[in-house]
Amino acid sequence: MKIWREYFLLTAAGSLFLTGCNKPASTAGAGGGTIKVGEFASLTGSEATFGQSSHNGTQLAVDELNAAGGVLGKKIELHTEDNQSQAGQSATVVRKLISSDGVVAILGEVASSRSLEAAPICQQNKIPMISPSSTNPKVTETGDYIFRVCFIDPFQGTVMANFARQTLKLQNVAVLTDVKSDYSLGLAKFFKEGFTVAGGKIIAEQNYSGGDKDFNAQLTSIKAANPDGIFVPGYYTEVGLIALQAKQLGITVPIFGGDGWESSALVPIGGAALEGDYFSTHFSPQDTSPAVQNFVKKYEAKFKDAPDAMAALGYDSAMILADAIKKSGSTDGAKIRDALAAEKDFPGASGNITIDANRNASKPAVILEIKNGAFQYVQTVAP
Amino acid sequence: MTEFFQQLINGLAFGSILALIALGYTMVYGILRFINFAHGDIFMLGAFAGFYLAPKIATVFPLPSIAGAIAVLFISMAVCAALGVLIERVAYRPLRKRPKLTVLITAIGVSLFLEYAGQFFFGAAPKKFPDILPVLPITKIGGLSLNSNQLIVLAVTLILLVALRFIVMKTKIGTAMRAVSFNPEAAALMGVNTDVVISFTFALGSALAAAAGILWAVNYPSIDPLMGILPGLKAFVAAVLGGIGNLPGAALGGLIIGVTETLVSGYISSTYRDAIAFAVLILILLVKPSGLLGKKEIEKV
Repeated sequence: MKIWREYFLLTAAGSLFLTGCNKPASTAGAGGGTIKVGEFASLTGSEATFGQSSHNGTQLAVDELNAAGGVLGKKIELHTEDNQSQAGQSATVVRKLISSDGVVAILGEVASSRSLEAAPICQQNKIPMISPSSTNPKVTETGDYIFRVCFIDPFQGTVMANFARQTLKLQNVAVLTDVKSDYSLGLAKFFKEGFTVAGGKIIAEQNYSGGDKDFNAQLTSIKAANPDGIFVPGYYTEVGLIALQAKQLGITVPIFGGDGWESSALVPIGGAALEGDYFSTHFSPQDTSPAVQNFVKKYEAKFKDAPDAMAALGYDSAMILADAIKKSGSTDGAKIRDALAAEKDFPGASGNITIDANRNASKPAVILEIKNGAFQYVQTVAP
Repeated sequence: MTEFFQQLINGLAFGSILALIALGYTMVYGILRFINFAHGDIFMLGAFAGFYLAPKIATVFPLPSIAGAIAVLFISMAVCAALGVLIERVAYRPLRKRPKLTVLITAIGVSLFLEYAGQFFFGAAPKKFPDILPVLPITKIGGLSLNSNQLIVLAVTLILLVALRFIVMKTKIGTAMRAVSFNPEAAALMGVNTDVVISFTFALGSALAAAAGILWAVNYPSIDPLMGILPGLKAFVAAVLGGIGNLPGAALGGLIIGVTETLVSGYISSTYRDAIAFAVLILILLVKPSGLLGKKEIEKV
């Protein structure tokens, strides 16, 4: 018994020692004929469909690249970590991906708050990070190793402000913001600025905290202000319940929001209460352009389901990384970074991607309407 | 003014669900002098029991319907009552002669176990709770919107409160429960089977939590395995506010917390909602340490 215990302790100590030595700097993820790429996503938890869609897109891209012989003659090895949609988890899993798995680059996340957790860690370690769909400007402001393949909220906020003012002809709008989310706060700010510039008026502002289920108090106050429309820059988990409770309080004006609405789980919760509501996003599978239709076909063949914007952006984030590795001819962080910064007109599934001086992608936005329980394409707005 | 009354209705509807959860907390405390921290998770299991049972029940009673909703409610309550008895038997009974703190920490362990087992078995993503009640058109009275679900919550809370009071005060098992709460050893010597009484207390408390879970899910039809944490905590506060161990006190506490939170969210900012609700608790406890309706207890030496 005693001998066994000592043996066990020795092996445990030994393995600790070995992992301790096995620091990534020497291997740099390029060893063993593969290129290690890290991905962190909200595969479970409150925003699970974001992470799942994004991961499916990324996986599709990696499979496609590997089937075509990989990058620089090496297969891509995707290391995926789940942050359970919880604050604090992203920093932990990204540290693990960098220091123990030794990845050459990081892909993730959808939610801006969680991308903001990981970005400083990637920046410190000089590991390029590409966020597929975090739209808060602060994400890439973290440093020169942080990129994204989607548009940012100043643009999205302006698009929705102009759409509300010019297409929906709204004059007085109420805003309901999630004060726990960097995404929601940023988008609300830019919408308010844009809507006021366009000649409209913000007549009520209310807050909630992500995870809340009861919005009756805020909606009752909003109803008393009698707006023509309500802007809800939140995530789908709460938006469904907000729409439902608004209808129960007798609010009939349109509710509209941003890409945080985009989820297959939105309509099952909100149901008929969401009919005639609008949101802006990155991509519509109904877009007839060949690049989009080609991606939709591949995605449907693999997952038996239509892709959403998060899937398209997940796919693009992996594809543009592979392209940058190819162009730089190396798995060195600094060289990949330089190649990423120079990407121009990269043909992505969500439109052509040009990385600007602030490492953001300049791309058109799509506005969708919820009609008969499905997302209907309304219009595309160019930057 | 209309807005104020609307906020009051919102607050009462929200508060009555908290009251229902608080009833379970306070009853178990009243009988056993023990705070069952897993109560919020039984609430969650109640909602999930309804979620998985509804499609089965729909084959007998087409859903949404009143009969179907009652069936879902009662069967979920029965499932959770059985679970409550099982948890007591496995986790708490072996520790009955141990210090109270040991049982308290075990309760926190049970709570975490249920939350993460829930994530494992049900998945962590929020699920849409099926429509079990027919949605009636919104009633409008002088600009106030009353929705049928909110009224049902108020009514069910009231009915369960009266039923509970009847069981505790008028029935034989209720008398035995009160006897055990006064002095378990003396009650046992008088021929009361304390094991049965304690199991029954847990069954009743868990059934109440399940009822609250179903009502919550009918009003806020997005359920997930961690949904019980916050309502559980608030209901605990409500029970303390009303005077823990006191049944009408728990109901009153729930309504006060619900109305305070709603008024703060509506008129000040939802950011300060919890802070102000807890400040109210502290103020009331400073003035009346045993809670609003609680009796002063004399520590026997």
